[in-house]
Amino acid sequence: MSFIPGQPVTAVVERVEIKKLFQGGNLILGFSIGGGIDQDPGQNPYSEDKSDKGIYVTRISPGGPADEAGLKMGDKIMQVNGWDMTMVTHDQARKKLTKKNESVVRLLVTRRSLEDAVKQSKGGYAQQ
Amino acid sequence: MLQPTNMDHVMDYLIKQKCKDDNWGETTTAVTGTSEHSLSQEDIVRITKDLEDSVGLDCRRYFTLTLAVILGLLVFLTPLAFLVLPHLLWFDRLQPCGTACEGLFISVAFKLLILLLAVWALFFRAPRASLPRVYVFRALLAVLVLLFVLSYWLFYGMRILDSQDENYQGIVQYAVSLVDALLFIHYLAIVLLELRQLQPCFSVCVTRSTDGETRHYNLGQLSIQRAALAVLQHYYCDFPVHNPALLSASKSRAAKHLAGLKVYNVDAPAEGPGNNAAAAAAGLAHSQSRAMIAAAARRRDTSHNELYYEEAEHERRVRKRRARLVVAVEEAFTHIKRMQEEEQKKAPGDVMDPREAAQAIFPSMARALQKYLRTTKQQHCHSMESIQQHLAFCITNNMTPKAFLESYLSPGPTLQYGRDHWLARQWTLVSEASVTSGLKDGTVFLLKCVDFSLVVTSKTIPYIQMSEEYIDPKSHKFVLRLQSETSV
Repeated sequence: MSFIPGQPVTAVVERVEIKKLFQGGNLILGFSIGGGIDQDPGQNPYSEDKSDKGIYVTRISPGGPADEAGLKMGDKIMQVNGWDMTMVTHDQARKKLTKKNESVVRLLVTRRSLEDAVKQSKGGYAQQ
Repeated sequence: MLQPTNMDHVMDYLIKQKCKDDNWGETTTAVTGTSEHSLSQEDIVRITKDLEDSVGLDCRRYFTLTLAVILGLLVFLTPLAFLVLPHLLWFDRLQPCGTACEGLFISVAFKLLILLLAVWALFFRAPRASLPRVYVFRALLAVLVLLFVLSYWLFYGMRILDSQDENYQGIVQYAVSLVDALLFIHYLAIVLLELRQLQPCFSVCVTRSTDGETRHYNLGQLSIQRAALAVLQHYYCDFPVHNPALLSASKSRAAKHLAGLKVYNVDAPAEGPGNNAAAAAAGLAHSQSRAMIAAAARRRDTSHNELYYEEAEHERRVRKRRARLVVAVEEAFTHIKRMQEEEQKKAPGDVMDPREAAQAIFPSMARALQKYLRTTKQQHCHSMESIQQHLAFCITNNMTPKAFLESYLSPGPTLQYGRDHWLARQWTLVSEASVTSGLKDGTVFLLKCVDFSLVVTSKTIPYIQMSEEYIDPKSHKFVLRLQSETSV
């Protein structure tokens, strides 16, 4: 998940589709985000590279829409409904996720276990 | 053998006896009543101990002193003897030596002077204490010096006196080498006796057994008896004076605990052979004490309640008396004023010196002070005379009432009080290890005096591993901390 400045970022991503839930007068997704280009990346407990200023999932409310859709704590969100999330401020990310006229958000998330699974399957294939 | 039946015989005998010793009435001593100098049992013990110990120690001190004087004379006269003997014995055959010898004479003279001053500085000091065993390092040094000087004499006697060497310059150089070596031995003495124990190696914890006062001191590498001496010197300067009147409360509480229970043995002791009876008796005592402990634990004891309220009451009383005392003393101090130089010449009327001034203002504060001392149980530490002396001292030195009161409001170190309150000049060192062995980690020894004992434990200061880390002054940079978490 580390990036080389100037080069395009490559990552193995999972597509997660979350239906917003109407609760308490708001449409909620059931998770919390942290990070952003205006935030201190060194305090992110989930990132591998402590200079990574991407948006990470910091908390998932159990039983909520995100939990049911399969989002995991520590996932890095790469795209939300086609909008890029790797170089946005914290507030911009929040706005993209909480648009009132959208009832479904399609996220592209990446996590370490995905990379490992792909590497393992590649390695296994090579041994065969 | 008197026959009691014959009363006349008895009377005759008695009358005869009385006439024989006619003036026995005048020589009998009559007890006129209790004298003013009554001694308690503790005083008698203390006096006998002082008597029997002072004689032995004086002998030892004089013995050491004479040995030291003999050694000193030997050391100083040897180089001079080396230089003078060839002149006396074979003067005619000696080769005259010119400037080189004279230079060496000057250097011998100055080195001996320096050695004399150095020995005076290091060794000629009034002894501060008498320790139970000999001071090992000093004894070793004395033996070393003696052996050294004797070996030089031996060489001198065999090679120079016997063969009557004519090379006087060689003899003078030999004497100079002796003085040089003596100066180096003196350097060794400084290092062993003074410098070695300066660096702190041990932290000793000193606790007084009666009231738990504890202090911690840092000591270097010392033998146990010298460490005990250092601890005692700190004791006189740091520990507050031992006040036996403050311990009576806890003793009475302890007595009350024990007095509340009585043990009755209902079952008769088992009758058996000899050893069984002893074991049965021991087992009986054991079970009795266990029963007492169990009963005491079960009993609803309200003594903690009493202690709490008693202490609160005492605190209140002490504070009230203290307030009255402070006001009385401040008011007393306003009655006198220091006269200036010009005024002294003008009015020689009612002029007093400090002692008279103290006596004049003392009565107005005496009652309040006495009541305060009684409440804090310090009245035996301060006599009227000492209080007046202290007051005169404070007046002379322009001290404020608060400064005067400071020595009465809190108990000071033992040295501040009169000699009779030092309460122990004779200390006994109780130790499981030999007292000339060095202090180690975990050494425990006791310093006992008549009224209490000091328990001393030592711990080593740990070995410190220090590493360095360089910080570039330009590396101090800061950013604002931003970390938000938003729920969506």
